[in-house]
Amino acid sequence: MKIHEYQAKSILARYGVPIPRGEVAFTKEEARTIAQRLAVPLVVVKAQIHAGGRGKGGGVKLARSPEHAAELAGQMLGMRLVTPQTGPEGRIVRRVLIEEGLQIVRELYLGVLVDRAAATPVFMASAAGGMEIEEVARAQPEAILREWVDPAVGLQPFQARKLAFGLGLPPELVTAAVPVFQALYRAFLETDASLVEINPCVVTADGRLVALDAKVSFDDNALYRHKELRELRDLDEEDPLEVEASKYGLNYIKLDGNVGCMVNGAGLAMATMDIIQLAGGRPANFLDVGGGASADQVKNAFRILMSDPHVKAVFINIFGGILRCDVLATGVVNAARELQLAVPVVVRMEGTNVQQGQQILRDSGLNFTIADGMQDGAEKVVRLAGGAR
Amino acid sequence: MSILVDQSTRVLVQGFTGREGTFHATQMIDYGTNIVGGVTPGKGGTKHLERPVFNTVQQAVRETGANASVIFVPPAFAADAILEAADAGIPLVVCITEGIPTLDMVRVAAVLARSGRTRLIGPNCPGIISPGKCKIGIMPGPIHKPGHVGVVSRSGTLTYEAVDQLSRLGIGQSTCIGIGGDPIVGTSFLEAIRLFNDDPETHAIVLIGEIGGNAEELAAAFVREHVRKPVIGFVAGQTAPPGRRMGHAGAIISGGQGTAAEKYAALRAAGIHTVASPAEIGATVARVLGARVG
Repeated sequence: MKIHEYQAKSILARYGVPIPRGEVAFTKEEARTIAQRLAVPLVVVKAQIHAGGRGKGGGVKLARSPEHAAELAGQMLGMRLVTPQTGPEGRIVRRVLIEEGLQIVRELYLGVLVDRAAATPVFMASAAGGMEIEEVARAQPEAILREWVDPAVGLQPFQARKLAFGLGLPPELVTAAVPVFQALYRAFLETDASLVEINPCVVTADGRLVALDAKVSFDDNALYRHKELRELRDLDEEDPLEVEASKYGLNYIKLDGNVGCMVNGAGLAMATMDIIQLAGGRPANFLDVGGGASADQVKNAFRILMSDPHVKAVFINIFGGILRCDVLATGVVNAARELQLAVPVVVRMEGTNVQQGQQILRDSGLNFTIADGMQDGAEKVVRLAGGAR
Repeated sequence: MSILVDQSTRVLVQGFTGREGTFHATQMIDYGTNIVGGVTPGKGGTKHLERPVFNTVQQAVRETGANASVIFVPPAFAADAILEAADAGIPLVVCITEGIPTLDMVRVAAVLARSGRTRLIGPNCPGIISPGKCKIGIMPGPIHKPGHVGVVSRSGTLTYEAVDQLSRLGIGQSTCIGIGGDPIVGTSFLEAIRLFNDDPETHAIVLIGEIGGNAEELAAAFVREHVRKPVIGFVAGQTAPPGRRMGHAGAIISGGQGTAAEKYAALRAAGIHTVASPAEIGATVARVLGARVG
């Protein structure tokens, strides 16, 4: 789960990471009031969306007065912000962060995530702050410092010192940096984050270390034990169909093709998208109905698939094994009838009672095509969706 | 003719009396797996599926001599169940549970690495099967066929698909391992391939990867250095968009890393026979084995 910058900063501040003074505004008037309260010569107005690269799209601006801040906030609120990370459709800005401007001397990168191969958290730091860390990793991998953290003891002061000295911080700032780095690690650990990132973490003219930006995302599997974090979810930032799907335990991700897919299991669902593309078509979505593919799941899946107007044909690929194909076929037929399905459906299923299942589909009088294997199914559905690109 | 599990494997089921545990324990028993008992705290002393139920794993091991355990407990309690099995000295623990918090697995992995006596398979996996001998997990038994191809995969149903293709072509399997779709898993591709490489009865290895992480790349580097048996590789997610989690917690392209294209390049560089279409896995194995024999 992703959260907004202002929410991320407030969490980091709780653990002792210094952040700029500021507050979130939902209206122009709130923006003015906050800027007045800050009472500084320069404030920053930052659009809050769940995507980076906001500066490039005009989502970060400087204001010289509360009136100016209100004006900028007014322009940003409601605008469709397009950044390198949003895709061409952009995101509607519904909140802005109003923050004090700082005199910046240096920009650093700090981040904590899990190193999958090492099976341990890794603290990363780089003197090339403000740049995308992926960019740095490509261009100058040696510029990224790493400390792997033993989960039993956490980030040790010596590790924080190694990083701080490695960044070239002067000794007095190293002393200040150690507790900040440890706070960042604690925030990662205690919120069950999948990523905490400060980019840039700035050194100010008056010699302080401050999180100028912050990005935090949480491990969805751990949210059950963090009620207060669950409340930070912003449904406006998510695809409505994906939100709907998640209510039914369906894993749905919308793509931009025209072949709808319904598959049991994540790996097979990805492989099904791949084979549709190999057959010359384009998948409209990823959809995993789970290992069981119950009648209810099938119905909900159909409903969500068909909410995407681009879907011209549907490919159901179920490898059941011990799943009964007659039961599955009955579920598919009932769902198609109830939802008055208008597009052709290609069904490939494996499991027990395959013959009976196929007979049920044939006898339904509905627009079903039975496929013999994945390859055959992919070719048939691509043809029915209007042929190869 | 197999790795890790065979007729001598004595299996304990953690979460034995629950819905999932009951269903799959029954399936395993029907397959011929030697299920020696189960653990459900608070139900010790009773019987379930004609087998004894224990309160603790330690007690179960003492009474039954179990040397493997399969875990069906809910995600919030699964890390504890793995650690309990490890503490009781069980050498092989298979965790089926999906949805365990990543940082729980970080702690589990650290403990297992220190003790060094328990191998974990999973979590979020279908389990392991040596066809005709022992099935520990949730995979459909009948699609498997005893033979000489080792299969290792991050996925469930996609593995069934590949195994089914093999069996229909008359190609049997020595052992099939689902290593799991989470970011942190107990047994990696590399370790599974090392075991298959050391097993004289395994003649070829099928690796089924997917986007995210670099486990496929690490395995490819090992294959290049150490494996002389033919390896056939497929990677799911060639069409997956970056930054999105494709069902499995570990299946995500982040920061341009973990793409199918990179993984295919690594597999090819290691001399692995790559397959672009998931429908061609079985046929490719047949061709590679045929070419080798002929």
